[in-house]
Amino acid sequence: MSKRVVVTGLGVVAPNGVGVPDFLNSIQNGVSGIRFVPLYEELKFSCQVAGVPLFDWEELRNYISEVSFYGLKARGIGYGLRAALDAWTDAGNEIGSEQTDWDTGIIFGNSIADTDAMKNVISRVDNKEVKKLGSRVVEQAMNSGVTSYISGRLGLGNKVVTNSAACATGTQAILMGYEYIKHGYAKRMLVGSTEHVDTYVFGAFDSMRVLSRKFNDQPERASRPMSDTAGGFVPGSGSAALVLEDLDFALARGAKIYAEVLGGSTNSGGQRGGGSMTAPAPEGVVRCIEDAVKLSGIEPSQIDLISGHLTATLADKFEIQNWCKALNRSGNEFPYVNSLKSMIGHSLSAAGSIESVAAILQIQHGFVHPNINLEDPNPEITNIIGNNCLPTTIVQTDVNIVAKANFGFGDVNSCLIFSKFNN
Amino acid sequence: MTRQEILDELKKVLAPYTADKEALAKVDENTDLIKDLKINSANLVDIIIDAESKYNIEIDYDSADRMTNVGSCIDVISEKMGQGQV
Repeated sequence: MSKRVVVTGLGVVAPNGVGVPDFLNSIQNGVSGIRFVPLYEELKFSCQVAGVPLFDWEELRNYISEVSFYGLKARGIGYGLRAALDAWTDAGNEIGSEQTDWDTGIIFGNSIADTDAMKNVISRVDNKEVKKLGSRVVEQAMNSGVTSYISGRLGLGNKVVTNSAACATGTQAILMGYEYIKHGYAKRMLVGSTEHVDTYVFGAFDSMRVLSRKFNDQPERASRPMSDTAGGFVPGSGSAALVLEDLDFALARGAKIYAEVLGGSTNSGGQRGGGSMTAPAPEGVVRCIEDAVKLSGIEPSQIDLISGHLTATLADKFEIQNWCKALNRSGNEFPYVNSLKSMIGHSLSAAGSIESVAAILQIQHGFVHPNINLEDPNPEITNIIGNNCLPTTIVQTDVNIVAKANFGFGDVNSCLIFSKFNN
Repeated sequence: MTRQEILDELKKVLAPYTADKEALAKVDENTDLIKDLKINSANLVDIIIDAESKYNIEIDYDSADRMTNVGSCIDVISEKMGQGQV
């Protein structure tokens, strides 16, 4: 029998807020986390701004053992640990149980292991100093590093999976965790994703000429999804995590419930029909959204808010077209749509989980966060949806159902439907 | 360096790798790194690397294998420092 799945814990490390209270305050007030990075100017990058969490590394001492902290260098793992352990305690759980928790698993994603950490490996090896690398490199260089640090700290004994689907990673992790609980394989799944966009990965994107480059002197204006002056995305770093739980299990232990995951879908356009390594095929996107709606047992008309992928590239208008087609809604009948990336940039694998935390907070607190830097909406977008659908200041309103989607390199799509919890 | 001096320095090398500070304070030559100090066996290699850099010595694989308790660590370190038995 299929189970209902609810969200009982949240944790976030975002460029505009570390911890849920700070993050909530920032998204309500349109606070940007985009900052100028002097190193990128020195390195002659076209884009010299980034979404950088104001993260106090020393605070990790409160999260992991002193021995584990000593020698931990990979920032993506640090962000992920913080977000995941915050979500775990937010859900009312203890950290550091001596027992293995066989009912709880984890799916945590990331794009690429920390190349800043790998730089040390490369230079040591090239200098014939391999013996000096020590035991802590492999665990931080492996893609499953973040998942392993978290599961080890919490003693998780159910499925322990690391996923990777570029920018669709975060939403996909949540979807897979939801499916495991729904089908009865686990009572709880800690799900989320992390990303540290280090200098080398940032450089590789810079070279693709897909990054914002005209607002280096005004960092907070640099990420401009859906605007007429959108000129590429701003990379960001961070992490977010959710505790998903079998509804009966959550009710039995008296857990507080933030929202329900009604369903979702992940697919690919197969890199055919307009899809490629870097662009989603429209038909794949439309099917993904349609399937998510259908599998959630709702009508498209019930969606109050779309939390878009919307990175501030040419793809924004195609994304809006695809949403219109999939939901069969347009003009003023279109739901509210917002892009958290206007405030924090695009944190690649972490985008889906950070944006999902934002979606759930909007349901919980009854508001639609503003799109900042949208003083000049792209006419090709406002030709098909109403201006009222694109709030530039906070809208206080009941939000019952949110559709959250991300689309990643490799033509991978992922869409989730979150709802207010009604028993 | 006397064995006691090496032991005092060695305690600083071991400190980051054990959570059991009480056991660390009480170390003597018979203290076992894994059993008594609860050091993760994977970290033994890090202790060897740190000792190499602290004493400016090189510890070969065979010698490293002998370093299971504090006494044998002191043996290897003093041997490699060219002091012979101290």
